[in-house]
Amino acid sequence: MSGTTLFGLGAAALVGLGLYGLICQPGALRKILAFNLMGSGIFLLFGVIAKRGGGALFAAGTGSDGDPVPQALVITGLVVAFAATAIAVALLVRLAETGGGTTLETDAQDAPAVPTDANLRGEREP
Amino acid sequence: MSVGLISDVVLILLVLSLAVWITIARTAYRAVVGFVAYGLLMTLLWVRLAALDVAMTEAALGSGLTGILLFAAAARLAPFEAAERARAPAPALRLLIGLLCTLVAAGLAAVVLWLPEPAPTLAPLVAEHLPPTGLRNPVTGVLLAHRAIDTLLESMVLLPALIGVWSVAADADWSGRPGSLPRPPASDALTLLARILPPFGVLVAIHLVWIGADEPGGKFQAAAVLAAMWVLVMMAGLQQPPAVVSRGWRGLLVVGASLFIAIGIAGIWLADAFLAYPKGLAKPLIIAIEVALTGSVAVALALLLSGPPTRAHRCEAGR
Amino acid sequence: MTQAQALVAAGIRDLTDLGGVVLVFPLMLPITGLLLGLVLGGRYLGRFVLLLTLLGLGAALAIAAVVLVGGDALQYLLGGWSPPLGVGLRADGLSAVMLVTSALVMLAVALYAQRAFPITGDGSETRSSLVFWLLLLGVWGGLNTVFLGQDLFTLFVALELLTFSAVPLVALGGKPETLAAALRYLLFALLGSALYLLGAVLIYGTYGTLDIALLAERIAGADRWPPSLVAAIALMTVGLLAKTALFPLHLWLPPAHAGAPPAASAVLSALVVKASFFLVLRIWLDMMPGLLATAGVQILGAMGAGAILVGNLVALRQVRLKLLIAYSTLAQIGYLFLLFPLAAGAEALALTGGTLQVVSHACAKAAMFMAAGLIAAALGHDRIGELGGIARALPITVLAFGLAGLALLGLQPSGGYLVKTLLTSAADASGQWWWGLVMQAGGLLTAAYLFRVLGYALFGPRADEGRPPNLAIKRPGRVQELVALLLALCALLLGLLPPVAFDLTGVGRAGVDAGAAVSVAMAGAFDWGKLWGDLWPVLIVGLLVLCAVPWPGGRPAADADSVRVSSSVTGRAAAVVGLVFERVDAALRQWPVAGLSLLLLGLGLAGSLVGGA
Repeated sequence: MSGTTLFGLGAAALVGLGLYGLICQPGALRKILAFNLMGSGIFLLFGVIAKRGGGALFAAGTGSDGDPVPQALVITGLVVAFAATAIAVALLVRLAETGGGTTLETDAQDAPAVPTDANLRGEREP
Repeated sequence: MSVGLISDVVLILLVLSLAVWITIARTAYRAVVGFVAYGLLMTLLWVRLAALDVAMTEAALGSGLTGILLFAAAARLAPFEAAERARAPAPALRLLIGLLCTLVAAGLAAVVLWLPEPAPTLAPLVAEHLPPTGLRNPVTGVLLAHRAIDTLLESMVLLPALIGVWSVAADADWSGRPGSLPRPPASDALTLLARILPPFGVLVAIHLVWIGADEPGGKFQAAAVLAAMWVLVMMAGLQQPPAVVSRGWRGLLVVGASLFIAIGIAGIWLADAFLAYPKGLAKPLIIAIEVALTGSVAVALALLLSGPPTRAHRCEAGR
Repeated sequence: MTQAQALVAAGIRDLTDLGGVVLVFPLMLPITGLLLGLVLGGRYLGRFVLLLTLLGLGAALAIAAVVLVGGDALQYLLGGWSPPLGVGLRADGLSAVMLVTSALVMLAVALYAQRAFPITGDGSETRSSLVFWLLLLGVWGGLNTVFLGQDLFTLFVALELLTFSAVPLVALGGKPETLAAALRYLLFALLGSALYLLGAVLIYGTYGTLDIALLAERIAGADRWPPSLVAAIALMTVGLLAKTALFPLHLWLPPAHAGAPPAASAVLSALVVKASFFLVLRIWLDMMPGLLATAGVQILGAMGAGAILVGNLVALRQVRLKLLIAYSTLAQIGYLFLLFPLAAGAEALALTGGTLQVVSHACAKAAMFMAAGLIAAALGHDRIGELGGIARALPITVLAFGLAGLALLGLQPSGGYLVKTLLTSAADASGQWWWGLVMQAGGLLTAAYLFRVLGYALFGPRADEGRPPNLAIKRPGRVQELVALLLALCALLLGLLPPVAFDLTGVGRAGVDAGAAVSVAMAGAFDWGKLWGDLWPVLIVGLLVLCAVPWPGGRPAADADSVRVSSSVTGRAAAVVGLVFERVDAALRQWPVAGLSLLLLGLGLAGSLVGGA
């Protein structure tokens, strides 16, 4: 078994772990962390696929090897994942500040429907 | 078993144990510490996979900037963690989900082992079509020529994300300055660091953009380094984050993508296709786009970290 | 031929000569608008976006005309690089229909929102107007890219552009509930896109390309499906279903769509959920038609049927109008997924019906959310039990709501009627009568909640009785009311378009003669027998529901279940059924349970595909 295949198996395990965390962790911040874990597993798998598809094509000139297309896509993916994390964190911090808690278990909809009027006026943070 | 393979085994085991730590750590803060270490190990993995461009991006963005973001959030949200623990799903449900996730991971592992041999690849095709771009770094070639649309869309994605971050502000705070960056107590060491490091960081970033055409490096890596430097300066209190209503900063945010689109549209007439480059001019145009995008992406990343605008006086008080 | 016709024909010829490059326009228009708008800032943003949507609608109609007249899909290679190295754009008939629909709804929303997100007199921008207008453009850019993209990774980035733009719209109100709804939406959508990306990665590892057309060739050429392909399809499909909020993965939809400002809800419900559905369609019909022969289609159909039943029943029990409409969206998404089992036997009928459902629901649902927004703004709340008197105060708005509802439940000549007729004949043609039964039940339930709302609006007791009239009621803008009415009319009169317009659906797809299918469906639509046959069940349901509405002078019921008020045995039975479904729905919307459903659905799909081809 080569190191590359090994990394591929590791990527599968990372995806599984991230998936578990994303579903089972009660705290939203931990869910965000789990999402990043899962994302890095997916990127790693893409990296493994890039390495498998490599020859000695670019080894000489650039110190890089492998199929450059997946590598480029992973770079794009990393930036997108960072943007996703930033929005999620901003929403979460604001949710906590406005007294909405940090778990997603409670459902806004299950709260009694009538008192929402009290909030309609937009009682924002003090 | 060769030395290389042994080190690979050790590396992946370390990564996996850190991943487990991130999942089971008692507090989010500890999990974030684990995540930053995990990101650094991932960087090593990418080096082992001979993907230096990705390794740099992972180090700067995946570990560095994401780490700062998550640290700040973990510190703010720490008071809520006790309440979170009480809401964990029932053990039986967790067990069931755990089993299914294991099944998914096992299936995925089997699929990885069954991937076709020889592996399909676009590397020869990229090599064949790299010369017309005048570039020598194939990853930059893919990002800015062959799949330029992805890069354009991706630099666009940062804008709704940033507007989304701003959108959680209170209406009255809209003209304020972002205030989510952690502000450690003023210390001489931090101030010194924030004065000394940025010039070097800027040099590194310029170097990364400049060599990115031919060697590993490029706009995203450079932008992440620049953003990190700026964030350091803001965290040390040497500079205030810009107000989100500031036209000048908004101009900087959009200049990269605008130039990209302008050159792309010019390509319809000059090179017979949208996002194509005229013969002979490809390399200078690509470098121009890279430079402009570096600036825009750096500002976007730093502002994403800085968070929504807060009430003006709070920022002034922190001065 | 008149001069105008000649002019149009010449214009289409000119555009056809340009070729695929016209596709760059809808791709770049919203994105460029977003860049300019950010620098421009608050002052003229609303007008600016309105102008862009007008341009965009023109471009979409032009592309549709070129595709229809040319009879073939438009293609374009970005940067001149051909796949697998480069990325292509392609507009077949389906893409053209989606482009036109989204441009139309965008224009309507831009008109509607002029008043809701105004620019302050002193020219300084406000948070909500900047965020709303720019993210509206972001949503539109994401949608158009999804409809035109041919590369699985480009489509991933487009989906993210769409999600990142849509999520903050949900939280625009800034209340804790809407923030929680937005965060839920974001995290579940991120889970979905991660699974989609994982699938795309496996596809690349198997075939070395992400281009849909190339993949279709390579997959069709193989004598058996490799395990990585099966895994990839299951992952991508389930990821997209999570983003579409197909039952039972709908935990995020009701609070998000009900909590957003009405203009945003209209876009979210009418368009955003359709983007990921569109990609499921691309994958199952275009990239890998062999999938239609597997048991996977029955799974998708079953989820769709579940969505129709649960969504409609739970909608019937809602206390708040916007939540009712959100649950109705959940049910209407279900109809879209009936397309898959039906396409296995009768592709032309099923695909035409499905496409019409997208268009008809987009117009009707946008109209309903707009009307609900006006009602809520006028009354200061949107509790159904206290809608009494609103029909007299806002007749046009209530009319728009009612007409949109009629279009949804499928009366002649609405889009909904065509959808029901086409899908039912597809069910008969392919020997799967049970799907037809589900649709009939769904239609009656839709009638029930529509009449419940209308009953309260027309005959319900006035909440402000004893107080001076009209004190609480604020008048909406005339333009807003008219926009909602026009959209409702679009949905209601969809069936009256000339059959040639429907031919667009089948362009670029062999063996789909949509115009003929629609002609057959419309042929007997207005026979007295047919009309009566469709009408009497609706009337009976309507009467039953109206009987349960408390009349003026009566005690304003605390509502929750008007059905329970009914003293008859059937009334009580219905209430119990409704309660059971409500409980089931609440249980399924728990985050871990939804995650469990997602895992099971993914594994089930993978299992159903093993051994295919």
